[in-house]
Amino acid sequence: MLKRTIPILILATSGAILVVAYFSPFTTNWSEVVLMWFNILAAVAYVLGAGNLLAVNLEKVSSRRAGWAYALITLVAFASMLTFGLFKIGGVPSEAHPDVPYAGDYESTQSAFGWVYEYMLSPLTATMFALLAFYVASAAFRAFRAKNLESILLLGTAFIILLAQTAAGMFLTGWIPADSVFAFLRFDSLRIAITEYIQTAGMRAITIGIAIGIAATSLRLILGVDRSYLSKQ
Amino acid sequence: MTNTSHSNHSSNATQSSGIRGFLAGLSSLDRRWIFLGVALAVGIPILLKLSLPEVPGPMARATFNAIEKIPSGSRVLLAFDYDPASQGELQPMANALVHHCASRGHNIVFMALWPLGKQLADKTIKDVLKEFHPEYVEGTNYVQLGFKTGNEGVIKLMTTAITEQYPNDASGAALTDIPLMSGVNKLSEFKLIGTISAGYPGAKEWVQYADGASPEAFTLVAGSTGVQVSQLLPYYPKQLEGLLVAVKGAAEYEMLVTEKYPVARHQGRLEEGRRRMGPQLVAHLLVIGLIVLGNVAMIAARGAKGGAR
Amino acid sequence: MMKLLMMSLALTSMCSAMPPSATDVFAIDEPGDAGFALRVTFTVPDLAATKEVRIERAATKAELAKDANMPWIVVATVDANAGIEGVLVADLPKDESNDGANANQTEAIAFRVATVGIDGEQAAFVESAAVIAKMNPFIMKRLGLAVSVVVTCASVITWILLARAGRPVKLRRIAALDAVDEAIGRATEMGRSVLFVPGIQDMNDIQTVAGITVLGRVARTAAEYDATLVVPTSRSIVMSSARETVQAAHFAAGRPETYKEGNINYITDEQFGYVAYVTGQMVREKPAACFYMGAFYAESLLLAENGNAIGAIQIAGTAEPSQLPFFVAACDYTLIGEEFFAASAYLSGERDQLGSLKGQDLAKAITAVVIIMGCLLATFAAFAPEGIAARASDSFQSFLGG
Repeated sequence: MLKRTIPILILATSGAILVVAYFSPFTTNWSEVVLMWFNILAAVAYVLGAGNLLAVNLEKVSSRRAGWAYALITLVAFASMLTFGLFKIGGVPSEAHPDVPYAGDYESTQSAFGWVYEYMLSPLTATMFALLAFYVASAAFRAFRAKNLESILLLGTAFIILLAQTAAGMFLTGWIPADSVFAFLRFDSLRIAITEYIQTAGMRAITIGIAIGIAATSLRLILGVDRSYLSKQ
Repeated sequence: MTNTSHSNHSSNATQSSGIRGFLAGLSSLDRRWIFLGVALAVGIPILLKLSLPEVPGPMARATFNAIEKIPSGSRVLLAFDYDPASQGELQPMANALVHHCASRGHNIVFMALWPLGKQLADKTIKDVLKEFHPEYVEGTNYVQLGFKTGNEGVIKLMTTAITEQYPNDASGAALTDIPLMSGVNKLSEFKLIGTISAGYPGAKEWVQYADGASPEAFTLVAGSTGVQVSQLLPYYPKQLEGLLVAVKGAAEYEMLVTEKYPVARHQGRLEEGRRRMGPQLVAHLLVIGLIVLGNVAMIAARGAKGGAR
Repeated sequence: MMKLLMMSLALTSMCSAMPPSATDVFAIDEPGDAGFALRVTFTVPDLAATKEVRIERAATKAELAKDANMPWIVVATVDANAGIEGVLVADLPKDESNDGANANQTEAIAFRVATVGIDGEQAAFVESAAVIAKMNPFIMKRLGLAVSVVVTCASVITWILLARAGRPVKLRRIAALDAVDEAIGRATEMGRSVLFVPGIQDMNDIQTVAGITVLGRVARTAAEYDATLVVPTSRSIVMSSARETVQAAHFAAGRPETYKEGNINYITDEQFGYVAYVTGQMVREKPAACFYMGAFYAESLLLAENGNAIGAIQIAGTAEPSQLPFFVAACDYTLIGEEFFAASAYLSGERDQLGSLKGQDLAKAITAVVIIMGCLLATFAAFAPEGIAARASDSFQSFLGG
């Protein structure tokens, strides 16, 4: 019983405070306290996450399950970064406080932590993001089919935007004088018309729907009508 | 004669159905061919250093003007709300923005809502601020506040109490001891806030929580990834006075900035956006080609089905 | 001769170095604001001879204690016309003299105003009376938003009560949610697992909460079918919450013994590290059904394209508008924006929750009416900029916070 009632009470109180604080300056401090609590909880939750990460991977290594070598790499990487960060290995001493140990910068590439970030993490994440270019092309090839009138309109819009986002737009239609009656046919004008009127109008409708959806969902949670996120025990 | 004609017709039909079959077969094209095409479309222009001229659009001009119009020496907050993953798309505009602010003589406060944003701000300070503006002194002309966890909560708190969120700067110095931050405790004490944003938390949260709290206190400008821009367009130009969209926005803005504030060396750091437009053009043309090919394959497959009936 | 004299007088006046001093200098506490702001109004007698106006405020006791040589602090240099509407001086320092008792107001602060001539010469300062800026209980400019919050809440609560009282609630079917059973059934038949990705944000994001509620239903069906459900999470609090929800679903399905805590794990907070793990697992384990329910960013297409490549049935739901096109292109079913938030209520089948969905629709209809009214007023105002429609349009806009 308490396992469900107390979380609902905390949620209802914090939710109500945050809403009221937006309108009444007197309660601003309360909302700051609520937000600080969340920050503290989120920071403590890292321990929970780290514990789980260790438990899962240690179990995988000790039982020599398939892929145990990857688990070992994860554990080594985790332990190394934790050590580099906590002990500021290779950290540059602070100019302002040279006599205070650990006051230096541990994020420069001279330190182990900064080096791993700059030369390992940074290229790896950039590589993952760059995969998007490949997947966008493959998804476009598969999904953009002119099956009906709506999809033909979508295709036409996609072509205009794709061309207008590059110098090809100016190359193809830049010769139309910007002050002529046909200026609206220039790709740059069409792009602005599509993005600022058609796309923005559609996006506003979706955003308003989402905002009302968020408000209604939040209200269901604050009132305790929706308790599906809690254990039923 | 008839036979020959029939034979020709049949041969033509076979040939035509062969082409149709080939085209229809493209529907199930192994995606690795597409991946190879993208690699070549992006890689070759990079190797050839293909760079194309850009005409600055209204959004890039609006961003440029927003920074120009505030008095020289104003206090400006730049939030690096992205990570190395989107560095390729956003770093060019970050470089140009910092160079522009420093060229105008504004005092810059750096911060990050993304954990790895702080390192990117450091990189920009090193590559742009220290390179092109060696007169900038830490603490007097610029401050690095670093990353703070809490997403939009950080912005909300900063609207009323910056020192509670950031008691120290990234190097550990108390904010109250830093000349640039002396007496500054609210976002409304900045003349301009710029966010370079790759998602959540980012430009949308700055609009909702910072601009929403004190809409007239400062000018808000944003740089965003192409995919995120549809969410930000409703806020331009009212809440967001300037908006830089992806590499194209960066390239246009770079042109405006370097035209007015040219640099003597390492110009390449302020031309990154323009350099990336070449590969983007070829990749976009490839995507258009692939879409056309996909549709041809679909029509051919329909024809083949019709023929079979 | 007279004409010459007049001209010379006019010229002298134009070239006169010092403009006349400002008059009627007042400081007024701004009503209905967040506090700590005063509005300074003044009159400039000779606008033509005045280039700008310099405004200063008296230093507070605390400021004087720090620097006694600065009794006046420059707050603004404004255009000569600005005095009519007044200049708002915000963020004035709190009164720290009485340990909290006066924490919601400033000390009494005086202002002084000086006109500056065309050639930069400044007239004498004119001082206002000292005024206290007080914090107000309500920010008036947010009244419109407050009204819209009240209307939205009222419509939702009214419909919850109506549904509770027995009023029938009819909802259209949501194909993506109806396909949940089919997807899990297929995974069971094929002897493969079901993958559920609850987004990459923490529990403070309402989308993650919505995702976890859908997880409850997916987990219950998976428990009933005895299918393996795998939930990798990118936040530890989400992992904890997902474990609670899945365990509860197994209890509800009457199969608590089949719950496996080890299938719900924290991976990493790092966006692409998480994606690398999940896509790797997808390629190795080849789940037959993939659910993506929560807040997604650049990883949406990476996940959905990999899911497509392994031939899984894919159902997505997100309120991130920028990611919707990717999910629509690569997944079999997508819950778009508000549908995603409706999912939890739709799946629960409880009267209260279904009623809240009708309330949500009512709020949407009211919003549509307000938008149409605003569009009509703005259109009429464009035709007659000085007419009543223009004034109504302005008032409407300022009420709504524009």
